[in-house]
Order: sequence, then structure tokens, then C-alpha cells
Amino acid sequence: MPRRKGAPEVNAGSMADIAFLLLIFFLVTTTIETDAGLDRMLPPMDPPEDIDVVIKQKNIFTVNINRNGQLLVEDELMDLKNLRAAAVAFLENGGDGSCNYCKGRKDPASSDNPEKAIISLKNDRETKYATYITVQNELVGAYNDLRNREAQRLYGDDFTNMEAEYLNPETPSSVRDDLKGKVKRIQEMFPQKLSEAETSTN
Amino acid sequence: MKNYRNTKNRLPAVSTASLPDIVFMLLFFFMTVTTVKDNTLLVDNRLPNADQVKKLEKRDRIIEIFVGKPSPELASVLGSEPKIQLDNRLATINEVAPYVLSELAKKPEAIRNLVTVSLKVDQEVNVGVVSDIKEELRRVNLLKVNYTTYQGDAFLNAQ
Repeated sequence: MPRRKGAPEVNAGSMADIAFLLLIFFLVTTTIETDAGLDRMLPPMDPPEDIDVVIKQKNIFTVNINRNGQLLVEDELMDLKNLRAAAVAFLENGGDGSCNYCKGRKDPASSDNPEKAIISLKNDRETKYATYITVQNELVGAYNDLRNREAQRLYGDDFTNMEAEYLNPETPSSVRDDLKGKVKRIQEMFPQKLSEAETSTN
Repeated sequence: MKNYRNTKNRLPAVSTASLPDIVFMLLFFFMTVTTVKDNTLLVDNRLPNADQVKKLEKRDRIIEIFVGKPSPELASVLGSEPKIQLDNRLATINEVAPYVLSELAKKPEAIRNLVTVSLKVDQEVNVGVVSDIKEELRRVNLLKVNYTTYQGDAFLNAQ
């Protein structure tokens, strides 16, 4: 008997099984991973030569963590929860009056301006990493709070949002170019100067 | 009384012809949003929480270093002192710099100065190990580090 319909249809019933098999394989071997964390720049090993900078003591905000996770901030014992507020107050103190956007107390015994203000973090070798990260987080948070405030005032958006959008590779380049200037400007208003001293052994 | 044949004719079986399409759709979804696990953890790795985080966007620009106590299966052999895991093996502090340099050499030249070292350190580890690693990284002039954390309230760490 001659065939009328040409080649018979291939049975696609098992296609679903094959696809399920692949699906389950990919589910098992992969993870949804978007890592996030605190970005830090380490100081270079060889310090630049013939630079003899004198930093006034009042421009340094010292944070010391001991092995029990207690904080010594500017030679006073402080609770972790108050650290951010203290860091903010130090950064925007504006002692020499050159910083017109600072809302600090203009205390002559504290930092001159955000440009000069340095936060120095020192920790013990036996400090718990979790505590260390919390302190780092609070100090970065202090900078972000101030930058957000200025970004809201100038551009009506949070600095952290603007920066995230600027760093996102999916943002169109026209938007990125626009954001670049804004992000730079805010970063220059409160430059992040966080120094990590070498850890002490006792 | 209806007979069986009639009932069957009136209610045809649900067509499963589009089932493969649906499953393929799911498959492609998972293929695009996930990444392949490339190393099995030999150390405990419960990261601390932080909320001022930045995302690590491009995975090809990252070198990972894990630190933590050996995982429960290995603890009986290796003890409970924190260990450094590079790639798929445990290593000592002296091996960090050569490893990082060899990883760096594998990256295309154009992105070498954009490479970030992601430090995935367990909460329970003491900072001493971490500062040793940082010292090693400074020695080979890889200065961009990222303390990788979970996103969450940082004060939960203290408890």
C-alpha cells in the first residue's frame, strides 16, 4: 500500500523527560550566587618616597578593637551601636570652616574638614572576624550616610543607589556618563580615608 | 447508562505537547541566572553579615580565598585551627601569594588590574589570619580586596 502522508511523525512524548533531566542536572550543579561585600583598598607595600606628611592628631579618629570585641574610640570605651554616630560627627565636624556643607559642631579640637579627616582602625590578632566586619560596616556606613545626605540635597537620590547604578554593567552608557560626574563629586565631598594599621599581637 | 467508550470520546486526554516547551523554558531560565559551583568547600564558611555592601558583578574578575575551620568531616584529621582554602585544597599562608599570582596570570591582560580578591572568611575566625593574608596580598601588589559577606544586619554578628 503506498504511503500518503510522507514520513511518520517522530514521537515527541519523551522530550519532556529529557528536558526535565537536563533541568534537574542544572539545578543540582549550579547555585544562584551574587556575592556582595565590603570593598577595601589595601595600602601599597612600599610607601611613596620623600613624602613627609604631618597629620595632626585631631584629624585622626582612632578606633581600637581588643580581643574581646570591645571598642576604644578616641581613648574612650564605646558601644558598637554608637560608633556610626561618632564617626559621622567626626567626619563632618568642619573645624576650620572651609567645608560649607558640613553640619558638624565646628569643634576646634576635632577634624578640620572631611578632606583631612582620617579614620584609623586598629585591631588585635585575636579579634573575632565578625566583630571586625561589624566595625568596618559601621565606618563605611558613616561615610555612606553623609554621602547619601549630600546626594539627596544635590541630586534628590541616594548616593548608594547612584553608585550601584553606575557600577552596574547593564546601565546604558549615556546614563553612566551622567552618573559618573555626580558620583565623583559626592566622593570628593567625603573622601573615604580609612586606614588599617598593622595588627598588634597583644 | 453511558458506556465507557462514549465518555472517553467526550473528554480527550490533556495535550502534553507543550510540556517540553515549558520545561525548556525553565531550563534556560536556570541556565542563565545560575553559575556553576566551581569549588567544594573544605572549610566552614558562615560569612558575617553587613549592610553597606557592594555587589561583586563580574565573576571573571574575582579570585576567591576561603578561610575557616576545617569542615566537620576533616576536623578529626586536621583539628580545629582555621585553615586557608585555595581553589580545591587547603594551603598554608606561604602559598597564598604564588596562588594569587598564578590565578592572575590566567586572566586576560586587559582585566588584570581590575581583579578583586574576594575574602570569604568564616565569622569565628580570628583577624590575625586575615591580616596575614592581607599582608601577603600587599606583597604581590594586589590591593583590591572585598570582604565578602551576607546581606543582613551587621549587629547580628555580635551575638
